[in-house]
Amino acid sequence: MKPAPFAYAAPRGLAEALSLVREHGAEGKVLAGGQSLVPLLAMRLARPAVLIDLNRVRQLDYIRDGREVRIGAMTRQRTAELSPIVRRRLPLLAEALGYVGHPQIRNRGTIGGTLAHADPSAELPAVLSALDGQVVLRSTRGTRTLGPHEFFLSYLTTALEPDELLVEVRLPAHDRAGSAFVEVARRRGDYALVGVAAVVEVADGRIARARLAFTGVGAGPVRIGELEQAVVGKPADEETLTEAGRIASARLDPETDIHASAEYRREVAGVLTERALRLAVERARKSRRERRPR
Amino acid sequence: MSAARTPTAPRRSRKAGPVDRSTIALRVNGTAHTATVDVRKTLVDFLREDLGLTGTHVGCEHGVCGACTILLDGQAVRSCLLFAVQADGAEIATVESLGTLDRLHPLQEAFREHHGLQCGFCTPGILMSMVRFLREQPRPTDEEIREVLGGHLCRCTGYQSIVEAVRDAAGRLAGA
Repeated sequence: MKPAPFAYAAPRGLAEALSLVREHGAEGKVLAGGQSLVPLLAMRLARPAVLIDLNRVRQLDYIRDGREVRIGAMTRQRTAELSPIVRRRLPLLAEALGYVGHPQIRNRGTIGGTLAHADPSAELPAVLSALDGQVVLRSTRGTRTLGPHEFFLSYLTTALEPDELLVEVRLPAHDRAGSAFVEVARRRGDYALVGVAAVVEVADGRIARARLAFTGVGAGPVRIGELEQAVVGKPADEETLTEAGRIASARLDPETDIHASAEYRREVAGVLTERALRLAVERARKSRRERRPR
Repeated sequence: MSAARTPTAPRRSRKAGPVDRSTIALRVNGTAHTATVDVRKTLVDFLREDLGLTGTHVGCEHGVCGACTILLDGQAVRSCLLFAVQADGAEIATVESLGTLDRLHPLQEAFREHHGLQCGFCTPGILMSMVRFLREQPRPTDEEIREVLGGHLCRCTGYQSIVEAVRDAAGRLAGA
């Protein structure tokens, strides 16, 4: 048997799950889709005493439309990727999910699981950051709602307390803006060396609003205030894109690891910034044209 | 994801407190099974060791290679990243559900004819991914085939012959 011994509980409702994490959270681990946790168990890098499996908590599997789209933490990534609500209202999330592992992984992996795992090269933390979304944390003590930069604390580390569960993700719909997710990875389906999530609004040929979040270049998703301020009010043209890429390369401070050097990551981040912005601007223009009354 | 409960499943009356062993009931390739398993036993080990269904192969055991891919309630998933206990109440299909030696599945026929395999280690997982894929996408583009194939490692073929086999099988299945 691959994993070290553990005891297992599969609650059937949220109340039961919350009481289990209150009791066992400190020495236990919450099992969502298991596409990251089970490999860690197999390699015995994680040795929880208790595994609390949320896969039978059906009430955490939903996608609700609204000004902000609310997604239950146990919603499968593949379900979200194919959801008409997500494709229409959160095209950035739909595009980013296409880069998460493979379809076979996304059939099990969950929206809440990848956020709670907080891999510094994962795609969804950057989406949460670029959209200024929120995560909802529940415990028997109550409910907290945190923004991305309160939630992601460091490598694989979040603000989740041992007795808390991530139960919902809230992402503001951005179907009136243009968005793009681009990344470079060693292999298709692998974690990003660098990934960029961009959301852009264009008015009268100028960039009216821009939000960019980077993954793979820090301990969590990274925003660069200077970069966003530098492009707002500028013409949505090649010169602005080049300048944006230059700022991203200059301001990011990625690490060197076995997959890529810091220098390479900085270079790629600049190129991907240009590509993401170009694509987002094109899509913003297209969505404006489609909305224009005839 | 609503799995039809297997009628023989023992109903738990008490709350689900943490346990080391658990009794599960599931259907595999249409046959009902009930078994008591260690909760840390992976589904692929259960299929191979407890049920003797050794068609599903164990490769990397951490979700990278795709050799252990099966259908869980109709979805292609890694059976090394699931514990057997999680499959309680589920409907599972493995490569043994496809064809027989005398009567291969059209996808298996196409793999044989196009040299979509050499050593065959990765093949059962790829077949299960592709059977599911061709059900939802009967006329796939090569790019779509490659997207799904991306979830599998094959060290023999170079993948091109697998893409050709799947493309051909799609035509045969659509014409059938």
